[in-house]
Amino acid sequence: MKEQVFKTMASIGFSWMIPLFRLITLDEPKKQSRIISDALFLPTLAIILFLALWAVISSNIHTSLGQLPGPTQVWQQGINLVDEHLAQQDKKVAFAARQEARNAKKLAANPDAKIRTRVYTGPPTFIDQIFTSLLTVMTGFLVASFIAIPLGIFCGLSNKLNSALNPIFQVFKPISPLAWLPIVTMVVSAVYTTDDPMFAKSFVVSAITVSVCCLWPTLLNTTVGVASIESDLINVSKVLRLKWFTHIHKIVIPASIPMMFTGLRLSMGIGWMVLIATEMLAQNPGLGKFVWDEFQNGSSNSLGRIMVAVIVIGLIGFMLDRLLMTAQRFVSWDKNAEIR
Amino acid sequence: MPQRYLELSKVSIEFPTDDEPFKALDEIDLIINQGEFVSLIGHSGCGKSTVLNIVAGLYQATTGGVILENKEVSEPGPDRAVVFQNHSLLPWLTAYQNVELAVKQVFSKTKSASEMKEWIEHNLTLVHMDHAMHKRPSEISGGMKQRVGIARALAMQPKVLLMDEPFGALDALTRAHLQDSLMEIQADLNSTVIMITHDVDEAVLLSDRIVMMTNGPAAKIGEILDINLPRPRNRVEMADNPEYNHYRHEVLAFLYEKQRNPADKEAA
Repeated sequence: MKEQVFKTMASIGFSWMIPLFRLITLDEPKKQSRIISDALFLPTLAIILFLALWAVISSNIHTSLGQLPGPTQVWQQGINLVDEHLAQQDKKVAFAARQEARNAKKLAANPDAKIRTRVYTGPPTFIDQIFTSLLTVMTGFLVASFIAIPLGIFCGLSNKLNSALNPIFQVFKPISPLAWLPIVTMVVSAVYTTDDPMFAKSFVVSAITVSVCCLWPTLLNTTVGVASIESDLINVSKVLRLKWFTHIHKIVIPASIPMMFTGLRLSMGIGWMVLIATEMLAQNPGLGKFVWDEFQNGSSNSLGRIMVAVIVIGLIGFMLDRLLMTAQRFVSWDKNAEIR
Repeated sequence: MPQRYLELSKVSIEFPTDDEPFKALDEIDLIINQGEFVSLIGHSGCGKSTVLNIVAGLYQATTGGVILENKEVSEPGPDRAVVFQNHSLLPWLTAYQNVELAVKQVFSKTKSASEMKEWIEHNLTLVHMDHAMHKRPSEISGGMKQRVGIARALAMQPKVLLMDEPFGALDALTRAHLQDSLMEIQADLNSTVIMITHDVDEAVLLSDRIVMMTNGPAAKIGEILDINLPRPRNRVEMADNPEYNHYRHEVLAFLYEKQRNPADKEAA
């Protein structure tokens, strides 16, 4: 039972917590405490040193917005941002309650009265912006993956297709997202015109910009992964006369999964970086806009709030990568392979 | 009277290179009877594997051709199953699933699901792998992987079994075990086998005929040696058998006197 739980934990990327649990349940406590001290001591020490260095350096830098915030000020701003969000949530609930009461009163007076329901339009908080950014990056990434993986498989299977398309890919790959942005904005404005849009235009622009930049690593890595399948395995498929589809899903996909995921993880990393830049430049809702707004705002708290955002951006990027690693563990056939 | 089962007729092959085409094989003629066990032996790089790949249909002969049961071979197919040197099992499938992939491909129209299951298990039992059917290739030893590779090939019920140095990567004891297994299976099923080998003992012990190839480029068949030893053959008894030692001597003489290793020649 316990071992089962540990196995599941390891498979979703929490193997570092296992010794802690073993220690708590007194399973070889000496060995576990040694593992923990080895695994936790050095990183903790490094973090403490980093914070100390940050505190010393920041106390010596004075900007036009006051002193550069140290760890304590940034922590304080983090708490403020969460409080602001909670206050906003309370307002939202109160607004909904007021509206409902008003409408109920109207209906009681006149059952045929027209009722208008308005959406709460308070400013998006830091937490709201996080979720907006996450949704945008996921959408862009998924769209890119749905194009890049099949296209990569086709390019890997066919030398001719690959040599035809590869020059285009290689030229498109190094283009900065900021160069794409004006084009994407104009094209979306021209093409995406409905009276009742399902998605906000800014969301579509950000997601497409992310997609365009996310495509290439997945595409190129999948191509290489498929093209470098052992020739013996291809021969097995030929001798068995496997049908095209069976060949793809029994041989090509399992064999190229590791390369595919290398590509996906690179893509996700790029996508997240691109998104923040896009949001800053295009003023599209999300963490990037939050950073830019705070910069323009220029209050004495702004730098601290920006630093909170920077740290959150880093943590989310790390979490997204972990998420993909976990996904790779689930779909990869080689459960013993070390995935870094 | 044994019929012409498999016939290689004036098979030559050239591979394109930057300069002029490289001629690997030059007019190979060989007739193999049903149920015969034929070994191909020769120094590295003499084109043994190329012969096998042409029979398998993985390479196309430049001139000449291969006829199996009155039909010309033009593409790979399960009637010429191949046992590859490094097993070539799909690492993401268990032993059972690896054999299943082949069985489904060949018998999905003629056997029911339960018959196929029985057939897969039968073939794995034949190579003594029934105890580890549901293990992945990474969980079993090299010899066991090769057994599964053989089971996969046998399960296709091929007209010819093509083996490309099947035991080359194994240690001597495992190799001996597998050779014994292969002899038993061949006695049971009377399959037609072409095996490539480097190992003189293996060739003499297993074969009905040994085809000795000259060094490449443009390799030809040098000599063909009929092995008229009674079956079943026992490796320990054979060690003292003068006839066995005579055959061994013949092959060794061909390899080391008539056709010296091209690498040695350069050194000399």
